[in-house]
Amino acid sequence: MFVISCPWCGPREQREFSYGGEAHIVRPRNADELTDEAWADYLFMRKNPKGLHYERWVHSHGCRRWFNVARNTATDEILAVYRMGEAPPDLPGQQPPTPCGEPAIGSGNKAIDADGLTGTGR
Amino acid sequence: MTKYSILSLARNAFSYHENWPEAWRSPEPKPAYEAVIVGGGGHGLATAYYLAKEHGITNVAVLEKGWIGGGNTGRNTTIVRSNYLFDASAHLYEHALKLWEGLSQELNYNVMFSQRGVMNLAHDQHEARELKRRVHANRLNGIDAEWLTREQVLEFCPILNGDPTIRYPVVGATLQRRGGTARHDAVAWGYARAADERGVDIIQNCEVTGFRITNGAVEGVETTRGFIRTGKVGVVAAGHSSVLAAMAGIRLPLESHPLQALVSEPVKPVIDTVVMSNAVHAYVSQSDKGELVIGAGIDPYVSYTQRGGFSVIEETISAIVEMFPIFSRMRMMRQWGGIVDTAPDASAIISKTPVKGLYFNCGWGTGGFKATPGSGHVFAHLVARDEPNALAAPFSLERFSSGALVAEHGAAAVAH
Ligand SMILES: Cc1cc2nc3c(=O)[nH]c(=O)nc-3n(C[C@H](O)[C@H](O)[C@H](O)COP(=O)(O)OP(=O)(O)OC[C@H]3O[C@@H](n4cnc5c(N)ncnc54)[C@H](O)[C@@H]3O)c2cc1C
Ligand SMILES: [Zn+2]
Repeated sequence: MFVISCPWCGPREQREFSYGGEAHIVRPRNADELTDEAWADYLFMRKNPKGLHYERWVHSHGCRRWFNVARNTATDEILAVYRMGEAPPDLPGQQPPTPCGEPAIGSGNKAIDADGLTGTGR
Repeated sequence: MTKYSILSLARNAFSYHENWPEAWRSPEPKPAYEAVIVGGGGHGLATAYYLAKEHGITNVAVLEKGWIGGGNTGRNTTIVRSNYLFDASAHLYEHALKLWEGLSQELNYNVMFSQRGVMNLAHDQHEARELKRRVHANRLNGIDAEWLTREQVLEFCPILNGDPTIRYPVVGATLQRRGGTARHDAVAWGYARAADERGVDIIQNCEVTGFRITNGAVEGVETTRGFIRTGKVGVVAAGHSSVLAAMAGIRLPLESHPLQALVSEPVKPVIDTVVMSNAVHAYVSQSDKGELVIGAGIDPYVSYTQRGGFSVIEETISAIVEMFPIFSRMRMMRQWGGIVDTAPDASAIISKTPVKGLYFNCGWGTGGFKATPGSGHVFAHLVARDEPNALAAPFSLERFSSGALVAEHGAAAVAH
């Protein structure tokens, strides 16, 4: 469980939000030319990385607005919150030491730390 | 290898059980193997065992980044059943269930398979119709399945809340009497011991960090303990499958989510079957130690943290208490999470890949423990022969472009 800073409402518990999956997937414009494999890639294939992940959330039980989040899926630490339509921020150094390794600390985005709370978000 | 028997038990009692030999060796990795299995969960160990037993391929290593059974195999709630809707899944899970029925004898290791029955509750007319349809489909596939009326359900499991005025009243249930539970660790250890006996090297604390691929064919694996040469690699890494696939430049249709479970303080026998409910999203059984074993639904977001959020536990517990008011004052002792690899159609992927000699067995998501023996059995065939057998063929990666999905959300759902 973690706290997400909604760009409009501020820090709220993750349960108030719904998950929208991987961000920046663009629907192909040349639909009638696509091969079955290209459709499968668009519809089903996902990065599903361990480490830095760009993803969409919607504040379902709040302002009901969509936004993007950059999160480290190995620790659940939220690294950035940014608006729909914005380019994903460059955030190097978020991979685990070995690709499938477990990080020294577990999940949690330092939500208890009040400074940490205001620090994340926009 | 000592054969476990009443005699060996008695013999070792004389030395206070201090002289049991190790159940499997811990060898150094060799520079090369005929086949390498990545992932020492139940599925990986079973694959190695059947490679040796059914296909005569004994020069095999199982590489495990942590300890064997430390992934989902040791974290699951151990429900075993085969009552899936579609032919392809029904055949695969029933194949596994038949292997479960002889597994303790086959492995000479007590996996404590207990066919106590698995009940799936219906709470409204629509759900009842859906579940009856599944009963009929199961019977057409030769799988034991019964429909229980409300009265029969309450007779079979008297502690269920029979009040017809609650938000989700019980209107009936399916019952698979051959379903039940097994001891998760014993499954990993039993397969490890039996594979080791046939010459398989089980190598723990060895993480695969890359594949060496030349001209589209696999040449070996890079690991935290050095390079290992091999022409055949079977990846059975559950939650980490996408990470391993990415090392070979392959994209998979998977998302990894935390899935949580919890157990209560131990009490005297109170529930002698498995009860599952898709509508309220929870299920429960009682372990031989007396603990209630309770399973939740997945946390909604992608994560590799093996813990998940408290809100999921809260929802699960409120569902359990509505179904079983008798449990309202029980204390919960432990909670944990595993990382499950969920596929868009809630079915597994047992497949070749564009890289020659590289095979994936993944996507079992929230419900692969029950498939362990069958999954290992059919995957060994694919790795050994470079062709899937009839049971595995419908589960290839090609189904995502051909459209022949095996949509088992109804039979998978919370009902792991
Ligand atoms: C809480 C919970 C409850 C569940 N309940 C049920 C249930 O009741 N019934 C049911 O049928 N199923 C259930 N499941 C699902 C079931 O646990 C899994 O589908 C099944 O155990 C998968 O087995 P496996 O051997 O493929 O995976 P695992 O046991 O996870 O094995 C994969 C192994 O690969 C290793 N690995 C990963 N990356 C690497 C690498 N790079 N190098 C080397 N090794 C690596 C991991 O450490 C791990 O040990 C549940 C799962 C969870 C989490
Ligand atoms: Zn908001």
